Amino acid sequence: MAYSDKVIDHYSNPKNVGTLDKASKSVGTGLVGAPECGDVMRLQIEVDEATGLITDAKFKTFGCGSAIASSSLATEWLKGKTIDEAVKIDNMDLVEELNLPPVKIHCSVLAEDAIKAAINDFRVKNGLAELVFEQSHV
Amino acid sequence: MLKLPIYLDHNSTTPMDPRVLEAMLPYFLENFGNAASRNHSFGWQAEEAVDYAREQIAQLIGADPKEIIFTSGATEGNNLGIKGVYEMYASKGNHIITSTTEHKAVLDTCKHLEKLGAEVTYLEVQPDGLIDLKQLEAAMKPTTILVAIMYANNEIGVIQPVKEIAAIAKKHGALFFTDAVQAVGKIPVDVIADGIDIMSFTAHKMYGPKGVGALYVRRKNPRVKVTAQIDGGGHERGMRSGTLNVPGIVGFGKAAEIAKTDMAGDTERVSKLRDKLENALKLIDETYVNGNPAHRLPHVSNISFKYVEGEGLMMGFNKDIALSSGSACTSASLEPSYVLKALGLGDDLAHSSLRFGLGRYTTEEQIDFTIKAVTDTVLKLREMSPLWEMFKEGIDIDAIQWAHH
Repeated sequence: MAYSDKVIDHYSNPKNVGTLDKASKSVGTGLVGAPECGDVMRLQIEVDEATGLITDAKFKTFGCGSAIASSSLATEWLKGKTIDEAVKIDNMDLVEELNLPPVKIHCSVLAEDAIKAAINDFRVKNGLAELVFEQSHV
Repeated sequence: MLKLPIYLDHNSTTPMDPRVLEAMLPYFLENFGNAASRNHSFGWQAEEAVDYAREQIAQLIGADPKEIIFTSGATEGNNLGIKGVYEMYASKGNHIITSTTEHKAVLDTCKHLEKLGAEVTYLEVQPDGLIDLKQLEAAMKPTTILVAIMYANNEIGVIQPVKEIAAIAKKHGALFFTDAVQAVGKIPVDVIADGIDIMSFTAHKMYGPKGVGALYVRRKNPRVKVTAQIDGGGHERGMRSGTLNVPGIVGFGKAAEIAKTDMAGDTERVSKLRDKLENALKLIDETYVNGNPAHRLPHVSNISFKYVEGEGLMMGFNKDIALSSGSACTSASLEPSYVLKALGLGDDLAHSSLRFGLGRYTTEEQIDFTIKAVTDTVLKLREMSPLWEMFKEGIDIDAIQWAHH
């Protein structure tokens, strides 16, 4: 199976690899997947309290090229968005942008789950209720 | 100049040896006869070529040429060997013993027979990949007609204690079948010394053509018969009908002859390169070699690079290096290699494995390139791996409650 150029590009030059201070109140961390499944994604967002904008996003991913590309692209999309906008990122948008084949759709689902988990972590830290999400498109 | 890509997947298939191709060529255009045509020179020529190949192949494994049954490959050989015994010896019993790390062609054949009334025992392997002879002995029953254990494993290369297995089977009056597709042509295999009753192997794993294999069926002590699974003209002593693939068989014969003469030299050279590769990669932290290192094929190394996923790892160099991963991220099941899991490896280590399969044409320059490419990619991906970061921080990853997808 050949990877799309966009997947190869994100894999070769991943954007926003790194770690934010997970103890900070302005940082939300989502850790999803499982080592046994061959995919673990950790996605973090930093939110500006005054503007509500996501000022920074970082990821680390254990997984195949599509998983790495999905998380790299997700961090790019997150930066500059508000939380409300970020919640609307749909896994199928990642699939389309990266041209993922059907067997790799779960990688995009994982990235969407990581975004939502990071947002909820941020909300809980800041005294807000967790959002309840619908199942994403598998 | 190093030519890319580098092929390190010789357990999957091997390139043809040019000497094999040369031997085959006359049998396409000039000597195209059917080996079963008894009435003209075209047939005689073909038959003579087949007989010669049968002799070359028999010599490689210490058999009599009459004991070689040509097939389309090892999958057919495994089917014929196991199903053929089950049918032929139905009056003696219905119990078959095999192991969990067999090739799918053996496992699925056994599963098929279970549906038809066979009782199958699947022996677990030890953490080094070898079966436990005591467990085998304990599994033997009066109804056991067949012990089917592979000679060498395709993923990790471990060599089973074939002689001891054969002795146990014989002691209990059962036949011993072995899938020797990874072993024949690579290491000395002698059906008499090893006590093998039925053995499948194939040309394309030993620098011969694809689409041709053989089943060794013992004719003496005991005389073994298998019920044909393909009916027709009664070729191959009635055990496998179908017009013989003459050019393929000629190539198979030549490949066997070359394997016999070149084996010692090939093994010495390739095992040195394998050891160089393995020793260099073991210098990377948290790297584990899978399978018993002492009882192993000379050209295989299966290594887990913990905290890095195998398919992601391969993507770092797969335009330059062709090899296989124990990760199954490409399949819809997401299940990693059942062989590695059978060793008791956690799914995480199974997902993190690569199989390096060296061959006759592998060079030191290729190995040096591979060492660098794999090392660089592992280090790069670990910087990207949340698991590696947790490991470095001393977090017990196994204690985390992962949300399973």
